[in-house]
Amino acid sequence: MTTLEEKALTSQEVSAELTDVKSRHFEPSGLLNWLTSTDHKMIGKSYLITSFMFMLLGGALALVIRLQLASPNNSLVTLHQYNELFTMHGSIMIYLFVGPFAFGGLANYIVPLQVGAPDMAFPRLNLLSYWLYLSGGLIMVLGFFVTGGAADFGWVAYAPLSNAVNSPGAGPDMWIVALLLTGFSAIFTGVNIIATVFYLRAPGLTMFRLPIFTWNMVVVAILILIAFPVLTSALVMLYADRHFGTHIFEVQGGGVPVLWQNLFWFFGHPEVYILALPFFGVVTEIIPVFSRKPLFGYKGMLFATLAIAALSTGVWAHHMFTTGVVLLPFFSLMTYLISVPTGVKFFNWIATMWRGHIRFDTPMLYAVGFLITFLGGGLSGMLLAAPPLDFFEHDTYFVVAHFHNVVMALFLAAVGALVYWYPKMTGRMMREGIGKISFWFMFIGANVTFIPQYILGLRGMPRRIVTYPPGIGWHFLNELSTIGSFMIAVGALFLVINFWVSWRKPIPAGNDPWDGHTLEWYTTSPPPHHNFDRLPIVRSERPVWDVKYGLEGAAIPGHSNSNPPSSVKDKDHADNAAG
Amino acid sequence: MRRLESLLANINSHRWLTSIVGIVGAGLTLSACNIPAFGAYHGSTLQGHDTFKLWQGFMIIALIVGVIVWGLILWSSFRYRIKPSKSRPNNPDSSDSRDSENSLPRQFQYHLPLEILYTVLPILIVAVMFYFTVVTENEVDAVSANPAVRIYLTAFQWGWRFNYTGEGVSVVGNYNHYPQAVLPVGETVQITLVSSDVVHGFYVPAFNFSRYAQPGVTNVFDLNIRKQGIYNGRCTEFCGLYHTEMIFSIKAVSPTAYHAWLSKQQSKTRTKS
Repeated sequence: MTTLEEKALTSQEVSAELTDVKSRHFEPSGLLNWLTSTDHKMIGKSYLITSFMFMLLGGALALVIRLQLASPNNSLVTLHQYNELFTMHGSIMIYLFVGPFAFGGLANYIVPLQVGAPDMAFPRLNLLSYWLYLSGGLIMVLGFFVTGGAADFGWVAYAPLSNAVNSPGAGPDMWIVALLLTGFSAIFTGVNIIATVFYLRAPGLTMFRLPIFTWNMVVVAILILIAFPVLTSALVMLYADRHFGTHIFEVQGGGVPVLWQNLFWFFGHPEVYILALPFFGVVTEIIPVFSRKPLFGYKGMLFATLAIAALSTGVWAHHMFTTGVVLLPFFSLMTYLISVPTGVKFFNWIATMWRGHIRFDTPMLYAVGFLITFLGGGLSGMLLAAPPLDFFEHDTYFVVAHFHNVVMALFLAAVGALVYWYPKMTGRMMREGIGKISFWFMFIGANVTFIPQYILGLRGMPRRIVTYPPGIGWHFLNELSTIGSFMIAVGALFLVINFWVSWRKPIPAGNDPWDGHTLEWYTTSPPPHHNFDRLPIVRSERPVWDVKYGLEGAAIPGHSNSNPPSSVKDKDHADNAAG
Repeated sequence: MRRLESLLANINSHRWLTSIVGIVGAGLTLSACNIPAFGAYHGSTLQGHDTFKLWQGFMIIALIVGVIVWGLILWSSFRYRIKPSKSRPNNPDSSDSRDSENSLPRQFQYHLPLEILYTVLPILIVAVMFYFTVVTENEVDAVSANPAVRIYLTAFQWGWRFNYTGEGVSVVGNYNHYPQAVLPVGETVQITLVSSDVVHGFYVPAFNFSRYAQPGVTNVFDLNIRKQGIYNGRCTEFCGLYHTEMIFSIKAVSPTAYHAWLSKQQSKTRTKS
């Protein structure tokens, strides 16, 4: 038997294989393919690469912010530049990276494969989504190059700071237009995902056998359809206020500024779960595969996801506790309740690992890193859910630490997803060694960056301040936080090196490198244009596992991979599992 | 149902659960004395001190939940980890590679009593947290009908104007010259907070309190300062270019000193006019 390293092929041999796959279907190549292909796999990869680039840009902005804050009375950047930096860092990461990476990139690539479909339901709409996203993203970033610079009112753009008087110039307008475009991109993708999952599932793949990742994407798509139209209309109103003389958010004309906050957060809180649920799904795929067990409570997990989604539309005003104009107990209670299904998820993940045979390959390492980091963010979220506590944590670094703790957990899961599905997308393995170095830098870096920020917040450091005086106990913690942020950057650098190494010296992955459970592992890596030459019979939530181990065979110790698909057929009638 | 009962009884018999309940109860009922501050200010107002006690209790709950769940994650990671063998299943063309891993773990799923337990227990925890939240919130947000001092506080880009209602005294300052308001300790100070332009945030870390100053909204809250001293405060909600410099301070003095200061200011204003 040969080890993986001995199997390394030259890049010519691999590209010969790829040509063979491609020759079954005519497609242009290069730039033209990138811009015109309606294949969900191509669009998915385009989203992944584009959003990864935006992530590197947003991360670079964060490093400048951290350098500015590393020492007291620092003047690395001007006041105005600093405001642009944190606005664009937040906007890029939230609107152009995490969301599009998840439901533009991962969902696009993986959902049709997991449901056994040849493509998304509306391939051309899918391509339009990508075009809208790409143009929106470029417009937002190009704001840096216009007179007056990019948007500088924070990623939440509170009225009336975001009006034409307080934030004049083209940069803020470009920010608004960019969000309109990317918003429509998200809405169209949402429609596409729902249609794909509802109408293009393989025979036997009932909704209760759907992989949790795909289920989460359906829920995300529903949340997108609830939340994004509200943001889009709020942005249109803001634009009208800025240019067409309306006074929707202006006191002087009888408008209501706090309406912006209500509309924005009615989008903003479901958005938090639009960002988080895909990565809950990723982790729910990775943990059972690497524990070599089924998900402990499939239905519990599913209902928890649905409960989170439902509750997430009723918690928006916990961002507004200090406004004094919202009903505090209601939004506090809803926020507390959302921790219950989140807890159910945690116990499910743990129970799935319980008595498993856990292989700590890189994806699993990232998944456990996600669990540990996300729990910190969840617990500090509980501390923010009480209005009296929120009164002194709100708008301080405590909140900054809380949501960065959460999104860094999502980021770890995102890298885990890349490492997990990279073999499927490219037919190559990423290097385990480099992947593990990358993980430890990111994981330790994330905690070194953001745990000091909790303490800074409790010591009264507000967010979005450009500098601070010496001698008030903030210097050391800020310095520590800056060191941590550069550790994350080193981790990201190793990730890029890992891509590069796997590109230059490919190790072929085979169809099913991780001993996977779901349909994407049944086809070739990368899949052919139409995804599947044949499909296994789906009789449980783990169709590919059933093919390999048999429906009951899973319980037999030492069971070998000798069950061909036909043996599944024989057991059809006897089986009623997980139906 | 009998299985559930026996499971619950089994867990109840564990000493650790009893001790956890005890600690949580103690954390919520005991006063501030022997429990750590967990990094927060003790609260130099009556309201802020109530908040501080809530913070202590919640930190204890959060730490207990955290230690248990982190513990379970790490335990199952280390306990059920298997050493990677040389022939892992990532080898694409070796159909027998899985044999070398010997056995599969038992493929168990679903345990209804356990699932009910880990759903109901968090509900109970958050119900307790919510109760104490509402109690504290009512204390913090209570507004007196006849406070000793009334301040009409206007936030603007980028400074603060403290108007002492009915006294004809005001303290104004901006990012070039931070204002310092003088307030009495031991008396109810009622602040009416407005903004003349964008959204600002009135925040005094030592009071464990902040509140938005917004155009179109009038916020009213009470402060009962417990100790004399100078308390720094600043704008928390990002409000434009000089947000960082939108700083003020509150000098809390004895009521006698406060009245002396007030009449001095009044005479100053009279001589000016």
